[in-house]
Amino acid sequence: MTTKSNTSTKDAGKKGPKPSSNTAWKTVKTSRHPERPVLQDYIELVFSNFIPLHGDRFYADDPAIVGGFAQIGDKKVMMIGQNKGKTTIDNIERNFGMAKPEGYRKALRLMKLAERFNIPIVTIIDTPGAFPGIEAEERGQAESIAKNITEMAKLEVPIVAVVIGEGGSGGALGIGVGDKILMLSNAIYSVISPEGCASILWRDAAYAPDAAKALNLTANALYKLDVIDEIIEEPAGGAHTDYNKTASSVKNAVLKNLKSFENISTEELLNLRAEKYAAMGKFSIDN
Amino acid sequence: MAWYVKKDIAETKHVRKTLWVKCKRCSSHIYESEWKKNLNVCPNCNFHGSITSKERIELTFDKNTFKELYANISPLDSLKFVDLKGSYKDKYEANKKKSGINEAVVTGHGKINGIKAVAAVMDFRFLGGSLGSGTGEKILRAANYALKNKIPYIIFSESGGARMQEGVLSLMQMAKTCSGIALLNKSNIPFISVLANPTTGGVTASYAMMGDINIAEPYAVIGFAGRRVIEQTIGEKLPDDFQTAEYLLDHGFVDTIVNRKDMKDYLSNILSYYNR
Repeated sequence: MTTKSNTSTKDAGKKGPKPSSNTAWKTVKTSRHPERPVLQDYIELVFSNFIPLHGDRFYADDPAIVGGFAQIGDKKVMMIGQNKGKTTIDNIERNFGMAKPEGYRKALRLMKLAERFNIPIVTIIDTPGAFPGIEAEERGQAESIAKNITEMAKLEVPIVAVVIGEGGSGGALGIGVGDKILMLSNAIYSVISPEGCASILWRDAAYAPDAAKALNLTANALYKLDVIDEIIEEPAGGAHTDYNKTASSVKNAVLKNLKSFENISTEELLNLRAEKYAAMGKFSIDN
Repeated sequence: MAWYVKKDIAETKHVRKTLWVKCKRCSSHIYESEWKKNLNVCPNCNFHGSITSKERIELTFDKNTFKELYANISPLDSLKFVDLKGSYKDKYEANKKKSGINEAVVTGHGKINGIKAVAAVMDFRFLGGSLGSGTGEKILRAANYALKNKIPYIIFSESGGARMQEGVLSLMQMAKTCSGIALLNKSNIPFISVLANPTTGGVTASYAMMGDINIAEPYAVIGFAGRRVIEQTIGEKLPDDFQTAEYLLDHGFVDTIVNRKDMKDYLSNILSYYNR
């Protein structure tokens, strides 16, 4: 347990230690690398026969979330993913992969459609977070994410979630309640961005590297904390150095996990999912 | 003797502070006794200030009917999280001492005007009412208690959102608590969400918005992203009523706004319609 090093930490804080670079921060940078493969690359390299479907039937079609029927190997699935762009123009159009309520509602509509067709769902997570904007709040950003999380607990088909880049907080979880959660080895998944955390707890966003380390947001850390089920290893230099190799690892991992649900009853699937999430978290029980 | 002197000053400050309460909304200065007598509601503008979980339980449940459950669950510093102000462990130990509760939520069951209900009451004094692993565990266990006994479930939220010091473990509490709500939905057990000031971030984006009935206290700030974050994103100032209970009522996300003094009767009136 932590020793009483309170005073020294405080003093060190006042002297203003330089924000320190570390492995976690390097991973954050790799996960945001401008050449890192994004959803569109995986749609081309991992899936085939992709049939995109649009709209939430309430308000609009959010380009930050893309989804539709798709085939992976010999499996037909519903694919839903967050759509970061590669160029500035792409990113502006797709809002940097930050979905609005209509994006989450489209995702839910497609998940329900998968349930009706009795096909598994594969979600691809890559977002800095849900869009923090006036119109998103107005149309119920919180409600749309809350609803997805709650409905995903009840969906009667298997869900495999893959974090390929940034798993940004509630915005990621809104399509992230999987029976299996897989993560690329340089992807991150966090309750808050390191910059946001640093600006609150360190009073300065420049301490993002320290926050990144403290938040335990890497695939390795999350595997140890029993949050994710599998780490998909990237090529040595990172996913951006070899698209084909990365895509093939993702494809194999997703297929393997989808196959693990082939002979499972709906009841058992839902029980396992409930047990999985009930076991999430670490707390103490006092006497 | 330095520690002794320090404590003395702290106590003097405390006395001075507690004579007056400044309303967060209209900035009026209210005598503390008057503020307390008015259930921490501003007599001038009707802003509903924070109340402790204990006070809320006393206001809501019939005398001596509330039985607390799962009180021994408390946080764990599983990430060994240290920020500029020190370790998470030191922080929650201090919060436990100061508040007399072990987590940011108190759970249990009791009677509201004679009607049985299970409740989870969040407490802002404990790490800003943040949702951590222990919080999520208690909220899920209470949901399961409601499910098993077929008793309606009420969660009173007053929270800044997911607890940063537990990283993704906190984020996953959103899914954990909502899986409990999903089971209540399936079994047709009512879930009522009461939203007090503030209810933001991961708490709004999970159970707090999932009530079969969502009830807000007047002028409560309820939203997903923080006001400052949005202002930075769009580069302009937001209107004063943005993310208030009244704004959410206008946009269709809460059923109604109820004054604290009327909350108990409102809840029992709704619960009286439950006929299973």
